[in-house]
Amino acid sequence: MSAETQLTRTQCDDLRTVAGMIVPASDAYKVPGADDPAIQADILATLGRDAKLVTAALDHLAGLAGGPLAELDAAKRDVVAQEFRKSGGAAAATLTRVILQCYYRDDRVLRSLGLELRAPFPKGYVLPDGDWSLLDPVKARGGTLRRAP
Amino acid sequence: MTKDPVDVLIIGAGASGAAVAWSLAETKMHILCLEQGGWMNPAEYPSTGRDWEAKFFGEWSSSPNIRGRPEDYPVNDDNSPIKVVNYNAVGGSTVMYTAHWPRLHPSDFKVKTLDGVADDWPIDYDALTPFFEENDRMMGTSGLSGDPLSPLTHPPMPQQPMGLSGAIVGKAMNKLGWHWWPSDTTVATTDYEGRARCINLGHCTPACAQGAKSSTDITYWPHAVRAGVELRTHSRVREITTDENGMATGVVYYDKDGVEQFQPAHVVIIACNGVGTPRLLLNSKSDRFPNGLANSSGLVGKNLMFHPYAQIYGYVKEPTDSNRAPPTCLWSKEWYDTDLSRGFVRGYGVQFVRGAGPVFEAVVSEQKGILPWGEDHHRVFRKLNGHRLGFSAICEDLPEEHNQVTLDPVLKDSHGIPAPKINYTISENSQKMMDHALARGREILETAGATDICTNSPIPWGGWHLLGTARMGTDPKRSVVNEWGRTHDVKNLFIVDGSIFVTSGGVNPTSTIQALALYIADQMKQRLANLFD
Repeated sequence: MSAETQLTRTQCDDLRTVAGMIVPASDAYKVPGADDPAIQADILATLGRDAKLVTAALDHLAGLAGGPLAELDAAKRDVVAQEFRKSGGAAAATLTRVILQCYYRDDRVLRSLGLELRAPFPKGYVLPDGDWSLLDPVKARGGTLRRAP
Repeated sequence: MTKDPVDVLIIGAGASGAAVAWSLAETKMHILCLEQGGWMNPAEYPSTGRDWEAKFFGEWSSSPNIRGRPEDYPVNDDNSPIKVVNYNAVGGSTVMYTAHWPRLHPSDFKVKTLDGVADDWPIDYDALTPFFEENDRMMGTSGLSGDPLSPLTHPPMPQQPMGLSGAIVGKAMNKLGWHWWPSDTTVATTDYEGRARCINLGHCTPACAQGAKSSTDITYWPHAVRAGVELRTHSRVREITTDENGMATGVVYYDKDGVEQFQPAHVVIIACNGVGTPRLLLNSKSDRFPNGLANSSGLVGKNLMFHPYAQIYGYVKEPTDSNRAPPTCLWSKEWYDTDLSRGFVRGYGVQFVRGAGPVFEAVVSEQKGILPWGEDHHRVFRKLNGHRLGFSAICEDLPEEHNQVTLDPVLKDSHGIPAPKINYTISENSQKMMDHALARGREILETAGATDICTNSPIPWGGWHLLGTARMGTDPKRSVVNEWGRTHDVKNLFIVDGSIFVTSGGVNPTSTIQALALYIADQMKQRLANLFD
């Protein structure tokens, strides 16, 4: 069963709403918000083993909101969000994590951060060797290894 | 169908099982290793995909309870502030480790003599020296020889690059006048014995797609298999059986199809780590051994030592290496030896950490409350991401009998075998050590100009080092194995993993675990004619 069918339409709406509250779009940084349709689709498609806790978090969120979060005005949403972060426990942490892990692999976001759009392997990265003369004071101080008599 | 007995049966194909298998292979005995996991496929390692960071929160978690693969067994660690982490496959937890490669110091073998605490080991550092050297060649280490505060090593490859993070740490440590040195690691910095050199994939801990990080599936095992050792994967041992003379006769295990099998053996070697080994011994009860096998001392499972980690990190203005390098690069032994003016006995090693990737940074910083929700999220994230600098103290955990592994009365693995249960508390001495380490770490970070400093003390999912639960000693009433790894109670049963540690030292233990395994194999080879006397 796909994650899309595991969440109700209302839960999907609340997921999108809370995602946009965590990471809103920014013109200044030229990035979408986490409520962007492509990022939402990535979240839903890859929920996998997190689906149960995410569902629990969304239920908790709806409980705090007294109904769909998406239907509250901005001020009331902020109050609910604060309480959710305080009382949501592992479920809230999981919901936040799945939103962030999909957001920070989106091409537009990585581009804005100046990061390459690729997996680490096989190209890898180049690391400066550094100035090993920094070790000279350590060598000069020396030391002895403690031993049993 | 009854199987033919093998000469030597090794349980576990991880760090120590691989080393002992390879060493004994030259005897030309029939050696069989049973491993509950399978061979790894580097093409599936996280760093080959764009979702490389997300995998660490699920199928590539270091926690077997989170990972939940069929090859894993659950661990009830509810009664421990430090959770057990491991990996179950050919290569064991060397598949999933940071490759930081210090070894115990000579003083670590004589803590009773030097500091009046715990017990001395029945062997000393010098007994292990040739095996440390042999193991470093086999695993392929990199580093810089000559550290004045560490045992002398001869890594066959040069040290890792200092990188941006290392330079910042080095300058801060020099300002404070404190010791630091490039870490010995098992990351290949040149092509080595069929392994390609490190290309800085960064995500080293959950396995290296390049094969630059040494794990025994790509180091010891190919040599051992070529030399004739049989490695049977997806074979989970339930219990070791014994005869009326109290000798081990073989093992009962479940094969890859889940079918119960009996494998007879003349010698059994356990290499299942400090949790898996006591679990197996306690699950091997019989009329003759009602409290578990090799447990006449009552010490099987007791004296569990974890190494509580005190972690502190912050954010500097300059860019750090982030995820674009192996996570560890430098160590410090400034606080390794006892100085009672610090308020605790023994000490800790330090490993400096280069940084983190963007997903990890976002998730953890949000949880810590330093990355806000809302409009300011983007500004703050850009201040944090790629600027993290970390310090982790590996605090020596002294043996205490109440810290122990038992069998959970309810929890079982997928074959119905009782799972281990952990009861563990952090001692007052360890807590003082951790507090001291955090204070020193803060000084270092502030000297480097770091802000937004955060701590994890202990690191909750930091139970990498599983030690002490079948300790070595000459007195059968106070130890489980003798000074060459044979159990006092069963003369053809040996243990070669971290459970035989008497004390833990303040460094990552894998190098010492493997040196011990090679030492025990050597002792066995020298005694082949009278091994059971």
